[in-house]
Amino acid sequence: MISVTSLTKRYGAHTAVNDVSFECAPGTVTGFLGPNGAGKSTTMRMITGLTPPTAGASTVAGKPYRQLPNPSREVGVLLDASAQHPGRTGREVLTLSARTQGVDSARVDELLSLVQLAGPAAGRRVRGYSLGMRQRLGIAHAFLGDPRVLILDEPANGLDPEGIFWMRGLLRDFADRGGTVLLSSHLLREVEAVADRLVVIGGGRIVANGTKEELLAAGGVRVRALDPGTLRTALERAGFAVTAGADGALSVQAEAEQVGQVAASISAVLLELRPVDTGGLEELFLTLTAGEAKETAR
Amino acid sequence: MTATLTQTRAPIAGPRTFTRPGLVRLTGIELRKMADTRAGLWLMIATALISVAIVVIQLFAADPPEQTFVNMFQTTLFPVAVLLPVLGILSVTSEWTQRTALTTFALTPQRQRIVVAKALASVVLGLLALVPSLAFAAIGNAIAGALDPAAGSWSFGGLLLGYAALFNVVNVLFGLAFGMLFMNSAVAIVLYFVVPTVWSLLTTMISGLKTTSEWLDLSVTSTPLFENAALTGGEWAKLAASIGLWVVLPGVVGLIRLLKREVS
Repeated sequence: MISVTSLTKRYGAHTAVNDVSFECAPGTVTGFLGPNGAGKSTTMRMITGLTPPTAGASTVAGKPYRQLPNPSREVGVLLDASAQHPGRTGREVLTLSARTQGVDSARVDELLSLVQLAGPAAGRRVRGYSLGMRQRLGIAHAFLGDPRVLILDEPANGLDPEGIFWMRGLLRDFADRGGTVLLSSHLLREVEAVADRLVVIGGGRIVANGTKEELLAAGGVRVRALDPGTLRTALERAGFAVTAGADGALSVQAEAEQVGQVAASISAVLLELRPVDTGGLEELFLTLTAGEAKETAR
Repeated sequence: MTATLTQTRAPIAGPRTFTRPGLVRLTGIELRKMADTRAGLWLMIATALISVAIVVIQLFAADPPEQTFVNMFQTTLFPVAVLLPVLGILSVTSEWTQRTALTTFALTPQRQRIVVAKALASVVLGLLALVPSLAFAAIGNAIAGALDPAAGSWSFGGLLLGYAALFNVVNVLFGLAFGMLFMNSAVAIVLYFVVPTVWSLLTTMISGLKTTSEWLDLSVTSTPLFENAALTGGEWAKLAASIGLWVVLPGVVGLIRLLKREVS
């Protein structure tokens, strides 16, 4: 359980995070989406007590993070896989953490094999690790204390496709057994396969927050016509919300049949008509964040 | 890989209670962190090797009556005094330079407890460092005694050992305090070597600063610790004053910085 209430962080005149509120319930994976610099990492650092918020509050497992007696037993955190001492071995990094948390040292080996870093890799210094290996070590570290909540900042960065697939399975499984997951990404496709809920942030503000289905349904249908201008006018006259894509395609908040009827009524030649599937969320994501970016630039 | 998924245990339903890690455990971990990197390990090895070299040099260079256990022991303290504080510096600065603070303070959000653990680890390190010094001096003195009957006096007192312990501990804490103040490995190490040296040069060269030097130059005020006599009240006061300037003041300012600093 993660609860964020009106978190705000200002650096001088710049507002990095502006009145952000959301909740992550047990049994769900929440994707925290936004372009780079949108405020995802700052929000996550505020939740984990590393950055003091200018205003607002957050709790994890019912308490402010800094008041958890042994936080890593309740919340597994991975904020930056590169933030490790290059002179320590992978095994040493986990051992130090296991000792701090009071976790049995057998758990270190268990997790090293879970993330496929057992054997010689565990004895190598982190300096020689690829980003993917550091990410795996960070995931092992997050799971080390057997927590019920996971907070992961861009965990898929540097993982190969097989690794990303594996990580999704790991997180899905964790949530299905009652765990709470908050994972951030700047790539929609990375999280849409695993997330139940999406929180989209742009320019420090929440621009969308809901279940994946809700946000997906908002995508409507995609239509391309020989004469998109005429079709657009007709669709708008019929009362549908239309947004134009970069390739001349239109996104319409309507059923395919409704769009087809409108097209038939003006004898428009259609080149494509289909419900927007995954791409719709992506367009939504881009539109939402682009709009927000323009707003902040003004 | 799916087969290994079962290794993450099912989150248990119902409330679980956890106790926070004790200071002894945190201190042990901070000590381990000083030695588990190449930099830390080699600093310790280098300190030991220089101490051995100093004992060997005395076997050849010093007059036989000067080849005593006390003399050999005390000279081994100088490489320790120069190099061991660097471990104290790195103990804090590497958290920021290598960004491990992100992990350290996520594991233990009460930063002051980490600072206390690092300070305790520095004290333990300073005390532990006496062991190789005593061992090298003992071996050197035994050889000296075997080579020349005029050498090899074993006379030694608890007072000297106590003062040596204080000297080591103050030096490591000095490094720790500088590390906390600057929070950057390169800056802290350079300033740790440069600032006290420049200070000593200035205060000894400029006659008007002679009193300042007597009170606020740690290398001057710690000299009585090596004389085989109890410190007088005045000597204690001067030592305390210079510890205040070089250890307590940067330590307090550094602590405030560390508690407030955003971890990213």
